[in-house]
Amino acid sequence: MSENRAPIISAEPRLPCGTAALAGVSAVSLRAKLRRLMPLHEEMRALTLAVPLLALLIVSFGVPIIALLSRAVYDPSIVNALPRTAEALQHLSAADPPGDDVFAALEADLKQDQAKGSIFEFAKSLNSRLSGARSQVLKTARLLAGGAAFSKSELVAAVPFWGEKETWSTIRGGAHGFTSFYLLSALDLRWGADGLTSVPAGEAVFLRVFARTFMVAALVTLATLALGFPLAYLISNLPPTLANLVLVLVLLPFWTSILVRTAAWTVLLQKFGLLNDALIALGIATERLELMYSRLGLVIAMTHIQLPFTLLPIYSVMRSIPPSQLRAAHSLGARPLTAFRRVYLPQALPGVMAGCLLTFILCLGYYITPALIGGASDQLISNFIANYVNVDLNWEMAAALSFMLLTFTLLLYAAFARFLGLDRFKLV
Amino acid sequence: MARSSAAEGPAGENLSSIPSALPANLVEFIEVEKTYAGHVIAVRRLDLVVRRGEFLTFLGPSGSGKTTTLNMLAGFERPTRGTIMLEGRSVDRLPPYERNIGMVFQNYALFPHMSVAENVAFPLSVRKVEKRDMSARVRRALEMVRLEAFSERRPAQLSGGQQQRVALARALVYQPSLVLMDEPLGALDKKLREHMQIELKQLHDQLGITVVYVTHDQSEALTMSDRVAVFESGALAQIGEPDALYKEPANAFVANFIGENNTLEGTIEQASKSSCVVRLRDNSRVKATPIGVMVPGDPTKLTIRPEQIRLAEPGSDEDTCLEGTVEGRIYLGDHQRLLLRLANGQELTVKIGADAGFQPGMPLRLAWSTADCRAFPASP
Repeated sequence: MSENRAPIISAEPRLPCGTAALAGVSAVSLRAKLRRLMPLHEEMRALTLAVPLLALLIVSFGVPIIALLSRAVYDPSIVNALPRTAEALQHLSAADPPGDDVFAALEADLKQDQAKGSIFEFAKSLNSRLSGARSQVLKTARLLAGGAAFSKSELVAAVPFWGEKETWSTIRGGAHGFTSFYLLSALDLRWGADGLTSVPAGEAVFLRVFARTFMVAALVTLATLALGFPLAYLISNLPPTLANLVLVLVLLPFWTSILVRTAAWTVLLQKFGLLNDALIALGIATERLELMYSRLGLVIAMTHIQLPFTLLPIYSVMRSIPPSQLRAAHSLGARPLTAFRRVYLPQALPGVMAGCLLTFILCLGYYITPALIGGASDQLISNFIANYVNVDLNWEMAAALSFMLLTFTLLLYAAFARFLGLDRFKLV
Repeated sequence: MARSSAAEGPAGENLSSIPSALPANLVEFIEVEKTYAGHVIAVRRLDLVVRRGEFLTFLGPSGSGKTTTLNMLAGFERPTRGTIMLEGRSVDRLPPYERNIGMVFQNYALFPHMSVAENVAFPLSVRKVEKRDMSARVRRALEMVRLEAFSERRPAQLSGGQQQRVALARALVYQPSLVLMDEPLGALDKKLREHMQIELKQLHDQLGITVVYVTHDQSEALTMSDRVAVFESGALAQIGEPDALYKEPANAFVANFIGENNTLEGTIEQASKSSCVVRLRDNSRVKATPIGVMVPGDPTKLTIRPEQIRLAEPGSDEDTCLEGTVEGRIYLGDHQRLLLRLANGQELTVKIGADAGFQPGMPLRLAWSTADCRAFPASP
């Protein structure tokens, strides 16, 4: 079976999207199998057929992703604005305070930026790394615009900002163009004057958001599993015509746009919406629940959307387990529960794992549903990324968060693949 | 039954000392009926006894109810009416896991996620057998089917015949007194199947177990069984020892299903208890042995086996003589088969010695004795 699938999971066509690392677990054995199955020239011919797809993936998927992600580590805004200063800082070790030559270079750079009109851009980008820097830079630029020359001590006296360690370690951090600032920020860390430190508690946000994202994904995965596993078992044991009907009922919402379904949930979850009405009418709840803009509402809506993703791999594996397996277990003396636990469940497990992994990974990237149904404290990492891209125009930070999300996802996938063996994965 | 040899059998120790006080009938089907959705009849009014220690085969075409009967005995399906007795008590309310019956499935139903040894140990571990005892019994069971070298393999790494033997070891390891086999050799090729037939029969003789075997292959049924139960559309057509079924079929279905037979249609002209005269379509008359009560005018089906037809000596006085023409000839070394067309247009196959030469178109006079030609009531 794995032979048949070998060409599909073969790493080559997917290289650009960076999944080669995932396939690494069994890539060697797959390649060996592949080589045995078809000689090299046939493989090349098969690959030729995939060239259009490969080109599309590289152009529309690989290149933009790499371009965007590279912004997480490459930000030339400081070195572009302060070329002379960056040059002068090269000769200093990190511990030395900047001397007169650095200050002279700084003044020349700032004057030039002021003349070019790019000073505002620089002030803003420095501010994104060091809050409060914007006004200080603009104030200095105004001072320098007067034409007077300042010595180091005069400038520090006029604008104390330039005498602070923090300022110079920030500038030094951006002096190469390559920076670890955004990636560290995505983990609430900072490479400050005294080494690697956590950002102050008030500014720390991303670790909490990542934890929340994983938490919501885990909750939704468990909920879909709890609902999907018995349903998949039921469908796989129904007579075919009835099974198809139930399957269509499960899949019907699957064929509807995610936006439409999310919008439908905003109607259902309202304080005076259908769900609350039903709960009150049935006497389950005595007062109306705050389902909209809450974690509970978010998990309910996401569970509904994700259910088919968890269910289908489980169902497809369950359908492949012949009924004689349980019969054999019974005839050999196993009670129903024992037979289920020792014979059925282990065989259904690859489907369960595949379904859960699929839902978990998809949940990590949810954007629309948390944006519409979640409250302020239910925004997931994707919402922050979108905010940096659309509102703050801080693409570096968006890239860094995306990179971290991608890394976590890949690590998770690799761990699962290693734990279960890639060949045992059964997607629909 | 070679029960004396059971003591040597690797897994047969406890079975060698069956107390003689046990009833001779291990299983009794009493007026068992199975219908689906109220009207589809799968098994109708079945009365059947499985004797202790015998190899009984349910033989029939697909849809004849043999597998349904087996499933009811195993406990996978419940009789709609009637009772099944196992060891003298009703098992109607006993779930399959409490019946202590071994079962071998057509597709083996080995557990793919367990090794061969784990598969065989499964029935012991659900019975909470002690660990040391368990591994010894698993080893003996695997030795019995000569697979001790494969205990760590997965079922998928074995050939069909090996998987079959694992399934057998798994069904025998807990020493059930009754083992059910549902077309266990159906998926094997001819040669392996014949080999496994001998092996199964030997195991049965060695262990002294009772086997109920389901197949649609009549030669398999005849070679292996002590008794054969022939099923036809949900009913038991006949049960008996293989040679009895062959020589004295109780109805036209069994006569045609077991072995090869020629069938001729006609009408009864005269009938007595021991013989009757039947008029064929071309008004020629033959004598036959009537099976069941028939009166003149009844339609009938005559059966005569190809090897019981001979060439009539010229001028001899035979019970029955028919004229026919050779249409085809198959030479088979030790004998030859002739395809003849009778004057009335019906076809007849004759099995005859290899020496004589026959050409298509040759006219022949055929004869048989009345005892070999059986007249069955023709169902309208």
